[in-house]
Amino acid sequence: MSNASGDEPALEVHDLTVSYLRRPVLYGVDFAVAQGSLVGIIGPNGAGKSTLIKSIMGLVPVSGGWARVFGGAVKEQITKVGYVPQRESVDWDFPVNVMDVVLMGCYGRIGLIRRTGGEERVRACAALEKVGMLAYADRQISNLSGGQQQRVFIARALAQESEIYLMDEPFAGVDAATEVALITLMKEMRDAGKTLIVVHHDLASAREYFDMLLLLNMRVVAFGETGEVFTGELLQQTYGGRLTVLSEIADKVAKGEG
Amino acid sequence: MNFHRIFVEPWQSHAAHYWPVFAMALFVTVACALIGNYLVLRRISLIGDAISHSVLPGIAIAFMMTGSRSGAPMFVGALVAGVVATVIIEVLHSRSRLKQDAAIGITFSTFFAVGVILISIHGAHTDLDLDCVLFGKMDFLPGREPVFLGLPGVTVTMAALALCVGLLIIIFYKELLLSSFDPALAASMGINPRLVHYLLMAVLSVVVVGAFTSVGAILVIAMLILPAATSCMLSDRLWVMLILSVLHAFISSLGGVHIAVALQVPTAPASVVAGAGIFAIVWIVSPRQGLISLWLRNRRSDQVAEA
Repeated sequence: MSNASGDEPALEVHDLTVSYLRRPVLYGVDFAVAQGSLVGIIGPNGAGKSTLIKSIMGLVPVSGGWARVFGGAVKEQITKVGYVPQRESVDWDFPVNVMDVVLMGCYGRIGLIRRTGGEERVRACAALEKVGMLAYADRQISNLSGGQQQRVFIARALAQESEIYLMDEPFAGVDAATEVALITLMKEMRDAGKTLIVVHHDLASAREYFDMLLLLNMRVVAFGETGEVFTGELLQQTYGGRLTVLSEIADKVAKGEG
Repeated sequence: MNFHRIFVEPWQSHAAHYWPVFAMALFVTVACALIGNYLVLRRISLIGDAISHSVLPGIAIAFMMTGSRSGAPMFVGALVAGVVATVIIEVLHSRSRLKQDAAIGITFSTFFAVGVILISIHGAHTDLDLDCVLFGKMDFLPGREPVFLGLPGVTVTMAALALCVGLLIIIFYKELLLSSFDPALAASMGINPRLVHYLLMAVLSVVVVGAFTSVGAILVIAMLILPAATSCMLSDRLWVMLILSVLHAFISSLGGVHIAVALQVPTAPASVVAGAGIFAIVWIVSPRQGLISLWLRNRRSDQVAEA
């Protein structure tokens, strides 16, 4: 972890632009996150929150700009970056049990063809223990509640043993107890030096959960310490009447390219 | 004695005839069953149907170029046609407003039509005729020259194919599992889900062309889907599902041979009917998802509600 220390930011995003059918979804996104931060991404529906972390992960094509992790390309350090997709993005009737899913977190490290062994099982058990799901290790995943499914996803992320995590709506549709357990765990991870970037939909809790906030609506409205950017004016800019202005700009750009 | 004629004679006095037929049915159904699990789980069962029709022009063109009906050129032709069809489906679906089902419908019927035209023009004097394309010729195998264990060359090739599919699944179990369950995580770990998809389609094309001359383009879809549909009702672990689907393939091909003997009908459709029968039985009696256990559970909860 030589380049994980020092002044190098854990994540640096520069002028990132993503378009869909020539219409920009994200426009000139620029920010840098120091190691050991717990960052929330908030913004209205369609603001491009999921697209932002997908484009950082290289899962959607980028039309301009770049993202770097500890000073290097994301693709070259895939074991350092853990991705937690939205819970709804997978089929929970799939024929696997909880242990199988958590073991998937180890796949990136052990590489092609090789099998998971005892070492990975120990790691998976430890991860399940942390999210309070060890007793469910042999449970088929379709028999889990929404909160339990999300705990399994977080356990899988823990088993990845990454340095930086990008999480897409981990609190969506979970019960209150799970939400408390997960945010406690995320704060522990941050205290252990991990960097977490979390897409969040609930303004009310965003203020107490995160050290830093990225207010996003196609572009970065504000980025900084939660106390500084969680202001009525900036939130109004993110969620309020500016939405129409931004769409107009988007339309102009689309026409200009076409 | 009917029992003797149906269940004993095929393995004694008529073994030279029925052994190659059974072996072919078994290898075709096993290869199809294994790969079919991934089609069902990835919700692309219809793509199996599409590929089985789309390989036809590839086979016809390979035949026109080499003039022979055997071996490598046919597989290469089918492979190219199958992958081209997959790419066209993907491109139509991602670069236009068409949904995947419409893209599949357009692609496979066009490929099939082109194949039928090519065969009608050039295949008149050969045994690559439309009956073979539609229904297969499994029951004509015994007429072929045996090369190994009393089995003709095509059957040995199919056995090798089934073995290859099994080995590939064992070797890439983890990659196939992850990219089927969570493509986004797979991609973030450097396993390209699109590449896995195309490789799966390539293997599917090869299996389908191996099965093609035996069971035809229409019945092969049943052999791809029925075993997985049956095994997913019985298990919720992928590796158990894979084993159960092979068991389904074995029972349906054995049952198929005996139904074929009993009714004096072709073996390929008889195997499909046997496989569908197994599916129906499992659907009714499966301990967790079966109709009976669902009914019992509903009744029990009704009684609890009344009490």
